[in-house]
Amino acid sequence: MGLLEIRWHGRGGQGVVTASELIAEAAILEGNFIQAFPEFGPERMGAPIKAFTRVSDEPIKIHSQVYTPDIVMVLDPTLIGQVNVTDGLSDEGILMVNTPMSAEEVKKVLGFNGKIYAVNATKIAMDNIGRPVANTSCAGALVKVSKLVELDNLLKVTEEKFGEKLPEKAIIANKEAIKAAYEEVSV
Amino acid sequence: MKMVLSGNASAAYGSMLARAEVISAYPITPQTKIVEKIADLIASGEFKTEFVKVESEHSAMAAAISASLVGARTFTATSSQGLMLMHEVLHWASASRTPIVMVNINRAVAPPWSVWADQTDSIAQRDTGWMQFYCESCQEVLDTMLLLYKVAEDKDVMMPAMLSEDAFLLSHTSEIVDIPEQEEVDDFLGKFEPEMILDVENPMSFGSLSMPHQYYYEFRYKMAEAMEVAREKILEVEKEFEKRFGRSYGGLLDLYRCDDAEIVLVAAGSMSSTIRVAVDEMRDKGVNIGLARLRVFRPFPVDEFRKLAKNARIVAVLDRSFCFGYEGAFFTEVKSALYDMDVRPLVKGYVLGIGGRDVTLDVIHEVIEDCQKTKETKDEPFKWIGLKGGEE
Amino acid sequence: MKTTIPEQELMDKGHMACLGCGGALAMRYLLKALGKNSMFAIPACCWAVIPGVFPYSCMEVPLQYVAFEATGAAISGMEAALKAKGKKEGVTVVGWAGDGGTLDIGIQALSGAVERGHDVKYVCYDNEAYMNTGIQRSSATPKGAWTTTTPVGKTKFWKQTNKKNIVEIMVAHDIPYTCTASVAYPEDLIKKAEKMKDIKGPCYMHIYAPCPTGWKYPPEKTIELSRLATETCIFPIYEVTYGKYKLNKNIRDEKKKPVIDYLKTQGRFRNLDEETVQSLQMYVDNEWNKLKKKIECFGEDK
Repeated sequence: MGLLEIRWHGRGGQGVVTASELIAEAAILEGNFIQAFPEFGPERMGAPIKAFTRVSDEPIKIHSQVYTPDIVMVLDPTLIGQVNVTDGLSDEGILMVNTPMSAEEVKKVLGFNGKIYAVNATKIAMDNIGRPVANTSCAGALVKVSKLVELDNLLKVTEEKFGEKLPEKAIIANKEAIKAAYEEVSV
Repeated sequence: MKMVLSGNASAAYGSMLARAEVISAYPITPQTKIVEKIADLIASGEFKTEFVKVESEHSAMAAAISASLVGARTFTATSSQGLMLMHEVLHWASASRTPIVMVNINRAVAPPWSVWADQTDSIAQRDTGWMQFYCESCQEVLDTMLLLYKVAEDKDVMMPAMLSEDAFLLSHTSEIVDIPEQEEVDDFLGKFEPEMILDVENPMSFGSLSMPHQYYYEFRYKMAEAMEVAREKILEVEKEFEKRFGRSYGGLLDLYRCDDAEIVLVAAGSMSSTIRVAVDEMRDKGVNIGLARLRVFRPFPVDEFRKLAKNARIVAVLDRSFCFGYEGAFFTEVKSALYDMDVRPLVKGYVLGIGGRDVTLDVIHEVIEDCQKTKETKDEPFKWIGLKGGEE
Repeated sequence: MKTTIPEQELMDKGHMACLGCGGALAMRYLLKALGKNSMFAIPACCWAVIPGVFPYSCMEVPLQYVAFEATGAAISGMEAALKAKGKKEGVTVVGWAGDGGTLDIGIQALSGAVERGHDVKYVCYDNEAYMNTGIQRSSATPKGAWTTTTPVGKTKFWKQTNKKNIVEIMVAHDIPYTCTASVAYPEDLIKKAEKMKDIKGPCYMHIYAPCPTGWKYPPEKTIELSRLATETCIFPIYEVTYGKYKLNKNIRDEKKKPVIDYLKTQGRFRNLDEETVQSLQMYVDNEWNKLKKKIECFGEDK
């Protein structure tokens, strides 16, 4: 498999870091080695932030920033145009965006020549969880597109990670959102 | 004008001659006489300065930094625990590029409590970006203070400087000190006029947040550059000082009878004077010994050590402190300076004088005898002199 | 609407504060009151980040960023240097710090600075926790509050002790002027800042600065919440001038709101039990009565 690098874009408070960790934790279940980290810096609620996930079938030894991601996931559509979300992403890479727009419309705005996947993760979150917290839905969509881990493993780690923090109802809702996004994103 | 002054009083007079505009200091044995003397000089009307009687050494340094950034020539003094309490803000001073001059009385660190001579306190600050000078006489203390302001305030340096003198052996020992005329000092030093200051007419921020990709790294590089500039400036200013005041201290590495020395002793502080006596005694006996007094520890006199070591068979480095888990700091750094030479002398380390354990002529002779016997250093790179019960 | 709030702005847009930050609003008001001849020292706190990353700054006054515990010492040094250089006249030296840098790690230097009588103004914007480092408790955190170091959990592990009363500690230092202020009463805040500016000697202002991120409430409620804090007598607005107390916002008994009204607006108090709510009400009542007694005994007209 080699080293896969994912960059996540979102705003403070949207659960971007959690999403980056969910993917990492699911990858571990399948025998992979991982790193997950935020771009540490002064931030506040609502400010643009980045998080990163590295996955490899071999131990990951480097400890520096991700400059050339293979996959970029944008959790918040309002970042398009504000933050350079395709920075370092080659045309062989994959761009995923949480947006009500279609992939073609996103391409028109960004001019990116690689593969683009659009998924309305916020709507999925509203429908399933009742709150516009799109991070789990985005994780579900990413898993479908990247084939990085089995859906079941992502669901498993979601259950474990949220077990202490959220009530049972909310955990179930998040899992439904993941499944819905997985189904919906077209590859 | 000649006066009988202790090392502490010399420091106080130094700050007055330098016309320090703000002094912020906290008392600690054996530095207390510095702040008391300054208070006396203010009370008598001789010294016009703002003396902030801060409530701790950390505050002393913090206040000094702010005062310096407003554009005031600033002075402080401390010792041991106080110097260590300041550690965080010593870094702040150098990175803020404030040319503060500080006198540190070299005193052992607790526990157990000890107020006697020991260099652990200043050695523990060697990475803070401060220039470090070690003095062996009260005259040198006063003279060095004046020299330090001139070097530190140079616009291409703008780094703080500390001068260390041994507890009691210098701080409380009275010697004859020649006090230069105020007008002569004014002419030598001039006024402190930094380019960038805190000023309501020209508002700027000092010390905000800086990211990994810009420019924290570059700021630190500039500090390194400044220290290298200081290396030259020290020699330049010392030449000027000698012309004006007739005294000089040998630059960064003060050599005594080293030209044809087979054995060279390296030391800093008041024990250097005792070593001079031992050197003379041995020379009288026909043994070629010299003293290389480490007057300036930061910036470290690399080239001076390389030049010196060309002819010596063995260099003995005396540390009045110890870096646990390895060896004495001076010892490590001298060896490192000599590493790239094609032909190197033996270098042996001697730990002594810690906690004020007296360094007498006998002790120095013990070191010299050991040097004479030493044929290689691999099996015993360094030894602790005068341990009760001996080394294990 | 006519107000007595000065129009001048010495704080630019584009700073990095969270939405609804009480501390950002407080600084803006303070700068309006003090004007451009002000020199600031700011330690580690949210405001060490808010002005922005080098080389940008939202502040149009000279500012030195200082070590966390050192605000009191820094302003002492600034004041001494300005005096030494004959430049102190007309310049206001201000230490601006959060509750951590004032009540905890910074209390020594603050106490020293005001005890020595420096002509400096110390302003604490109190968001009731170490917010910049991620919402850890401080001695200003009210009893019962959730923070990341008092995360409640299953063992009622909320903040156990009441808020350290730094305002009365300052009064006990016998300084010319001590006061509290709030972004809910901007004209009062500005008047007090202008008063401090004209006093020669150490002054202390404690500003209530709600934090949506750390207190867990909607950011648009900052000013409403500030007002509620005063209406429940949790944060009284008063001043002490040369030892004489004056209540600026008197809350009459019949208008006094119960503390539960305040507690229920914030997520950080979400898990309190009945017993703690009652003890908080008792505590607030006691403190309020103590203050009223002080005003009776040491009021301006006494």
